[in-house]
Amino acid sequence: MISVVEQPSSDLAVGERGGPAQPLISVRGLVKHFPVKGTGFLKPKKVVRAVDGVDFDILKGETLGVVGESGCGKSTTARLLMQLMSANEGDILFDGEKVGGALPLADYRRQVQMVFQDSYASLNPRLTIEETIAFAPKVHGVPAQTAMARAHDLLHRVGLEPSRFAGRYPHELSGGQRQRVNIARALALEPRLVILDEAVSALDKSVEAQVLNLLLDLKRDFGLTYLFISHDLNVVRFMCERVMVMYLGKVAEIGSRYAIFEETRHPYSSALLASMPKMDPSERTLEPPLSGDPPNPIDPPPGCRFHTRCAFAEPVCSEKTPGLATVSAAHSAACLMSVPGSGHSRAPVMAEA
Amino acid sequence: MTEETMIDIRNLSVTFRPGRKPVKAVNGVSLSVKAGEVVALLGESGSGKSVTMRSLLKLHPKGTLIEGAIDVAGHDVMQLSGRALSDMRGATVSMVFQEPRLALDPVYTLGQQIEETIMRHEKISRSAAAARALALFEKVRIPSPERRLKNYPHEMSGGMLQRSMIAMALACNPKVLLADEPTTALDATVQIQILLLIRELQKEYGLSVIFVTHDIGVAAEVADRIAVMYAGRIVEEGPAVEIIRNPKHPYTKGLLGARVELAHGRDRLITIPGAPPDLTAMPPGCAFAPRCPQATDICRVDVPALTAASVDHSVGCVHYG
Repeated sequence: MISVVEQPSSDLAVGERGGPAQPLISVRGLVKHFPVKGTGFLKPKKVVRAVDGVDFDILKGETLGVVGESGCGKSTTARLLMQLMSANEGDILFDGEKVGGALPLADYRRQVQMVFQDSYASLNPRLTIEETIAFAPKVHGVPAQTAMARAHDLLHRVGLEPSRFAGRYPHELSGGQRQRVNIARALALEPRLVILDEAVSALDKSVEAQVLNLLLDLKRDFGLTYLFISHDLNVVRFMCERVMVMYLGKVAEIGSRYAIFEETRHPYSSALLASMPKMDPSERTLEPPLSGDPPNPIDPPPGCRFHTRCAFAEPVCSEKTPGLATVSAAHSAACLMSVPGSGHSRAPVMAEA
Repeated sequence: MTEETMIDIRNLSVTFRPGRKPVKAVNGVSLSVKAGEVVALLGESGSGKSVTMRSLLKLHPKGTLIEGAIDVAGHDVMQLSGRALSDMRGATVSMVFQEPRLALDPVYTLGQQIEETIMRHEKISRSAAAARALALFEKVRIPSPERRLKNYPHEMSGGMLQRSMIAMALACNPKVLLADEPTTALDATVQIQILLLIRELQKEYGLSVIFVTHDIGVAAEVADRIAVMYAGRIVEEGPAVEIIRNPKHPYTKGLLGARVELAHGRDRLITIPGAPPDLTAMPPGCAFAPRCPQATDICRVDVPALTAASVDHSVGCVHYG
């Protein structure tokens, strides 16, 4: 008897089909341009190049950190991943299946959830927190009673006693408690990937530490994968196995935590690290590592986008656009100094064939 | 008051009365700042650090009850009102706010706003004021200053606006600069530029600076002394190096211990359990006692007074050591 070859593997749950080695998310050539006001009549139409050709993978079970200055495209990348806006170009593969293609959007959305920075603005002020958490499961067809029971269970898991908190409204909670509610809501659909967009940035330091511990516990218990966006490099260093540094809509450097923090290759990453305030008053920073603000993403500089602020810039940097060059197995950098034979005086010598 | 004391706050209490429940945001704070000294007020949101600082300019809503004594550069602030208060604001004491976009007027150019400040306090022609504004923009290192003076706030980036705010704050050669989280809304790369600029101008002008922040790292970068606030009171005060290397109060210890920088290789952070108290229902005794690992019965009865741990380091805890 001949079995059907093209048997769809839908007996396995979404996110389990590709096996553990398949990246959970593969992003290829992601581009998002926002048109700026203006008719385009007589003048060329202008666009903000928020995300301009970004490739990266999120491996199963890891926490990928994304760092960069404001306007570098980290939040746009997160929103594109969430499909809160559609990309101009590029593909998102979830566990090897194209989102919106082989994998229907509704199935994808159940697998990917997001926690936003502003804990108050992202909650509905007219719903009690148990209603907020039970809302999405109900939309996805879970019976109301089951959804409510799950909401109570999740509240308990994030450290808010359901008997005290379940019936409260968002304005009756503190910032840290509200962010716990947002985390519980994100987990209500049992997703594989949670995108944390500056989720702890607005919290006080002592509360931030509590929420970070909670996130680590939840990741372990639910087998989650995190995309962790933050401007605080110390937090990223603590939370993330791999780190991606973005600059003006492009990936500047991506690699393991050790590679980014200890064997930094891109001058921008080094400058970001050097900009962190020192904890020792006797070792104060004397020179700002970078001068000026990031350039306007409407008119990014030609060649390497960082060359206008880079201490090692040479004429070749404004001519050639560096691609992501592999430095080691777990480390790539988009800098001509890491590309053999690029013409930059500090580039490694091309190996003789 | 000794000659070199620039700011002297004694037993300051600030009570807001927005509705039926009065909120005592600052509860008996005493702080003195010498001429040319930078003091950081460090604390979490709701600890009363901004309220303490705003009291120096009486920038509170009407009906707020301010008690205690405040002396700034020889002015008794508590007695000032109306014109005399306006004369002091900006000329003797000026302030840099957290959100420059909210603090600047969107319908005037930056040049106009700085000129207006100068002309309010000094008898000077507009062209002379404009020349001063240009010099200030050069001082805070804004590129192409002539063109930037003609810009409106929405045309500039956050870092540039914060530089303009600093320029405006320095326009009338004040003796005291109050900075309310001036770098919190900025990127790390720009934050360090602004911190260095403030430090440099502070030295050059010999300013006394009160710098409010929630970030220990920022305090360590700019401050000579650090005062740690919790629930409306100063719980520890001393030289920056002392506070960071050798904290005495359990809250300061907790804050420093909870830093993620220390967690290399560990899979959990040390945290301070619980949350800050509700200011409308403060516990009797030490406000930190409900979260404190060392708390004993006496902590829940009496509010500990600030006692000297060494010459210039004082702690408000009965168990310090």
